[in-house]
Order: sequence, then C-alpha cells, then structure tokens
Amino acid sequence: MPSSKEKNRTKREQALNQEYQAIAKRQQKDHKIPVLRNLLVAFIVGGLICVVGQAISNLFIGLGFKPEEAGNPTVATLILVAAVLTGLGVYDVLGQFAGAGSAVPVTGFANAVVSAALEFKREGLILGVGAKMFALAGPVIVYGTVTAFVVGLVKALLL
Amino acid sequence: MANKKLGAQTLQFNRPPVLLEAATVVGPLEGQGPLGDTFDVIYPDQLNGQKSWEACERGMMKDAVKLLLDKAKLSVDRVDFMLAGDLLNQLISGNFAARDLAIPFLGIYGACSTMVEGLGLAAMLVDGDYADYVVAATSSHYGTSERQYRFPTEYGAQRPPYSQTTVTGSGAGLVTDSTYHPGRYPRVTHFTVGKVMDRGIKDPYDMGSAMAPAAADTLQRHFVDTDRTPADYDLILTGDLASVGKKIVIELMALAGYDMGQNYDDCGCRIYNPDKQPVFAGGSGCGCSAVVTYGSILHQMREGKLKRILVAGTGALLSPTTYQQGESIPCIAHAVAIEMSEKGAL
Repeated sequence: MPSSKEKNRTKREQALNQEYQAIAKRQQKDHKIPVLRNLLVAFIVGGLICVVGQAISNLFIGLGFKPEEAGNPTVATLILVAAVLTGLGVYDVLGQFAGAGSAVPVTGFANAVVSAALEFKREGLILGVGAKMFALAGPVIVYGTVTAFVVGLVKALLL
Repeated sequence: MANKKLGAQTLQFNRPPVLLEAATVVGPLEGQGPLGDTFDVIYPDQLNGQKSWEACERGMMKDAVKLLLDKAKLSVDRVDFMLAGDLLNQLISGNFAARDLAIPFLGIYGACSTMVEGLGLAAMLVDGDYADYVVAATSSHYGTSERQYRFPTEYGAQRPPYSQTTVTGSGAGLVTDSTYHPGRYPRVTHFTVGKVMDRGIKDPYDMGSAMAPAAADTLQRHFVDTDRTPADYDLILTGDLASVGKKIVIELMALAGYDMGQNYDDCGCRIYNPDKQPVFAGGSGCGCSAVVTYGSILHQMREGKLKRILVAGTGALLSPTTYQQGESIPCIAHAVAIEMSEKGAL
C-alpha cells in the first residue's frame, strides 16, 4: 500500500499533468487535426475509389464475365494498381491527403502489405519480407476472420 | 569536491573548452531548406549509394567525423575519445561508425538531446584534463526512424498536423583544451544536466508537447543556477520542439517569470520551410539540433553576429514498446552555454 504521503504526491503530479495538458492543448490549436475536412475528403476519395472499382467491374462484365463473377478480377485489379502506386511512392501521398478514404478500401489493404514488404526487403526474403509483410495487415486479417466467425455464429443461432 | 558545480544541476567549466571545429552532413530535404547553404555536405538522396538507410545513416556520421578532422587538420590518432549516439536500437549508427573510425568510443543515448549531452560530456572530459581532443557526434535519418518508431515509409497513414519530420543529418563537433587554442573561439562555458520529466503525454506524434516541460525545466534550472536571465543570451535555442513545443515553452517560461519573446527559437522551426516543405510542425531527431547548431549558429558566432548562446537539446525517451504498452512519454533536456571569447578567461 502506498503511504498517504506518496498518495498526495501522486495526486499533486496528476493535477500538474492535467494543468499542463490543458496548456499543451491550447497551444496546439493551430495544428489541430482538421476533422471535418478529413471526413469530407475521406468520403469523396473513398467514394471515387469505389466508383473506379465499379467501372472496372463493368468493364469485366462487358468482357463477358457474369456480374457475380466480376468481383474477384475487379478486386485483383484494384490490388495490383494500389501495389504499383505504393511501389512508385504515390500511395503514401494519397494516404496523407485522403486518410481513411484511401485506407479503408481494398487498395489500402494492398498498400499496407506492399509497403511493409518493400520496407523490410533489406532484411531478406524470410526474416524481412516474409515475416514483416503482414505486420500492418495482420490485424485486419485476424479481426476480419474473428468478425466473420461471430457474424456467422449469430446467423446460425438466431436466423 | 564538486567545486565546478553551480547550483543544483549546472557545471561551470574552469577553463571553458574550445569548440574548435564542426561538420555537418544532411539529406536532400534539409539541403533544400532555408539553412541549405550552411551545411558542409548535402546527400543527393536518402541512401547516398548505400544498400540500406541504416548504412546511409552511419556513413553520414562517419563522413561528418572525417570531414571534421579534415577541417581541423587533425589525424584520427590525435583524438582521445569519440562520444556519439543516435536514435536507433543499440546505437547502431554510433557504434558502427566508431568501428570504422577506430577512435576510443563511448556510446551515449539521450534521444534527440544527444547532441548537447555529447558536447557537454566532451567539455567535461577536456576540462577535467582527461583528454585533449574529443569528438562529439550524433545522427538521425528519416527512413530509419520512421521504420523503427512508426510505419513503413510508403504506408499511407495520415499524420496529424502537429507531428514532426525526422531530420536526415549528422553533426560532429571537436572539443579541445583552450591552452592549445587561445584565440577567439566558441567556448563551452556551462552544462546544465536535465531531469527526466513526464507530464503524461501519450501520443507519440505529439513530441513537441511531450518534450516542452523538460525544456522549460532545464532552462529555468540553468537561469537559477547561473544567476542569469534569458536577456543574458543573444540566442536561446531548443533542440527539436518545432512550432507546437516552442509555443508551449514560451508560455511555461512566462508562467515562471521568464520572458522568452525576444531571443528564443527552436532548431526544428529553423531547419525547414513549413510553408513549402511537407514537414508538418517542423523538424525533429538527433540530427536536427546538431546540424543547426554546428552549421548556421556556429557560423554566426564566428562572424560575430552571436556572442553568447544557450542550446537546450530535447529528447523524448520513448520506445515503440513503451507506447504500445500505453506508457506516457518521459523526456529530458540538457543545456550548454557557448560563448565566443578570447582565451580561457571569461
């Protein structure tokens, strides 16, 4: 058990921390995250990426794919485009501009995988590329799978 | 007996050691910045022909030290010690550069305060009569820090506007005894050793806010210990607080009764042009204070534009492990007073 002296000290420290954090927040006002702008840009860019995806999908349908089969080649094409843009050093610039708009679509997933693979290629194919490729995308796969399992369970039990 | 200690945290040198020569090497973004023409070498890209960024960073430190010794016309075997540190795990830039340079070596870590820590310790070695020539060097690199502390560089994560840009650069200084160099030189007169401060900031992008309390504490300590005021200096520089941290320091100092309005600036605010370069709040990293101080500031001292300066290097002592575990960011600041003067007498 901490002594009452120590408790008082902690309390005083906490008060000082709160006081300081208020100052820091106030002085940061010129550098605040522009939430509204970010939401708007994410909505527009994310939407545009989906429009491009739809266009590619229509193209594949035009080439003779059935509508329900056009999804896979569309996703593959988007992933390829995002991978190339990551390699060319364009996707991180887009990411800074669009935030979630370029991170949430499948292209963002491709960027997470390719950027990690590129970053760690100097540590070799096994310990570098192989081990680190899913360092960023891994959580998406894990929690995507967990979510799918839970949703599947809910469907099996309730519906 | 600690008869060279002044007050609680400041060392006062008996024969203020001479900062004889300095050398700076930077990356392309720093070269294009407002201080571009004050650096000795500007690399064309982030790799400079090396096979990795880490190799480039240690090459940069090696180049800085070699250039320093060339400028001072001093052979490697005349150097007693090299003190160096950087941001990378196990100090790989300093250690590997020292392997190739073969100078007796002490690795030091103070995150971005390493430049001042090294300079202060070098002055202690010289004033303590343990060495005639000591090299103090430090480096940082945008690519190596990003991948160690944050994300792969090509990952499209959105950085907040208050984040900072790690400077690609290395600075090295040569400290020597004033007996050998009695002329007009910049001399290290005081070294204030900081305490680790933590005001509970947890956002690893918010380095300016995290480090500002440490900077303000060390500056106040320095003024109390030396019985000086901000007005006694032509320029007071903090290491890499950038625009957010700088404003906080001004406010914290004002609350403690010190007016920092006239002669205070931050190296992170000087090295880039935030209006034209994509650097967010400004520069950071060990290299930031090193290349600014050892570049433009030292030039201005030699030209007589600055006589007495105070440099407070600021370091955020976090690691990716600590912030992933939800810990706040402990920070430190050390300060050195440098004065342009004749002989040892001050």
